[in-house]
Amino acid sequence: MSEAVTELDLQAYADGKLPEERRAAVAAWLTAHPEDAERIESYRRLAEELRSTYQDVLEEPVPERLRRAMPPARARRTAWVAMGVALGAALGVIAGWQLHSMQASPVVAADAAAALAQRAAIAHATYSPEVRHPVEVGADQEAHLVAWLSKRLGTQLRAPKLEAVGYSLVGGRLLPGERGPVAHFMYQCNRGTRVTLYVRSDMGSNRSTAFRYAREGSVGVFYWVDGKSGYALSSGDISKEDLLNVANAAYQQLNPP
Amino acid sequence: MSEAQRLVDLIPRLRRYARALVGDRATADDLVQDTLERAWAKLHLYRRGTDLRAWLFTVMHNVHVNRVRASRPTDTLEDEMPELAQRASQGDALLVRDLDRGIARLPAEQRAVLLLVTLEEMSYEQVARTLGIPIGTVMSRLSRAREKLRALMLGQPAPAKLKVVK
Repeated sequence: MSEAVTELDLQAYADGKLPEERRAAVAAWLTAHPEDAERIESYRRLAEELRSTYQDVLEEPVPERLRRAMPPARARRTAWVAMGVALGAALGVIAGWQLHSMQASPVVAADAAAALAQRAAIAHATYSPEVRHPVEVGADQEAHLVAWLSKRLGTQLRAPKLEAVGYSLVGGRLLPGERGPVAHFMYQCNRGTRVTLYVRSDMGSNRSTAFRYAREGSVGVFYWVDGKSGYALSSGDISKEDLLNVANAAYQQLNPP
Repeated sequence: MSEAQRLVDLIPRLRRYARALVGDRATADDLVQDTLERAWAKLHLYRRGTDLRAWLFTVMHNVHVNRVRASRPTDTLEDEMPELAQRASQGDALLVRDLDRGIARLPAEQRAVLLLVTLEEMSYEQVARTLGIPIGTVMSRLSRAREKLRALMLGQPAPAKLKVVK
């Protein structure tokens, strides 16, 4: 035999991953080592049993909530209904999470994340129609605005740059949240459509959630939690797809991979 | 075919892996749902032409690790914990359940490697890429997982050390 047989060879043999000539060499070696041969055969059998044990899952119909987990799977025409279902499912998941996290972190999840979306939607509905006083501090003083809000929220904030997706910063304001101050940034496109970004720094968890979508009345909200920070991007005037596009741009800057 | 469609096509495999990874159906599907949502949100980070399945399983791995970390902050050092083999009864009818249980008793990181190799039939390189670990680590975890699982199925504690191949 050209090379000594290693444990790696044996594992690969059990997985059927050896090239033909090596496979033959290992098979020959195994005939001379019955104890190893038996061990490797049991590995191979376990793998087979594993596959047959879970074969059923492959054949089960995919639950509706999973098919709806990604926006393009939804037909536009039924979007309203689908959103209701998806939101219900998302809340179910969040509730599930809360159970999981009970022993570790008592706060969080269902209430906090849902409240985040809801409060963001209310803030959006309140301030985005404002003609004269949409913000407290304008984008002409962006550095000051960000420094001020960062100081009040006790964490370094950033106002994402959304020019690439057609929105520029109008400015921002400080808002009262459930437990403390909240930062609110407003953006506008050249047709005057506004989106707002609601930022909390008191989510009270080290958890991160995936992107979620909620609809509160006429306002659509994409929101996510990254550790103690909660973000929600709202708009009442653009389609869900367009809002997703803006939310993605914000998300990418606020949560670099 | 669009990436989104390919993601949808991979859902049954995600579900299978998740089921074996976490055990019960509802928790597994929650994991799949979070994975799909995150994958969708991060799809712009996927590089076209690369292995979408490996990328998607990486997303699932990260989501899973975050969930476990959030729910069981003290659950570390699994690798060092002694395993007590429990096998109440023998017989073919119990085989499936026992295999389930055996897998559940593996340390999480060994379980992930074993499942990707056996269920997903990934190459060792793909497993290394998916989990973000060196290939040597893949091999040692695979080897330990198998030995432990075999011992559990035989109703014996796993040997403390790996057998040295002559």
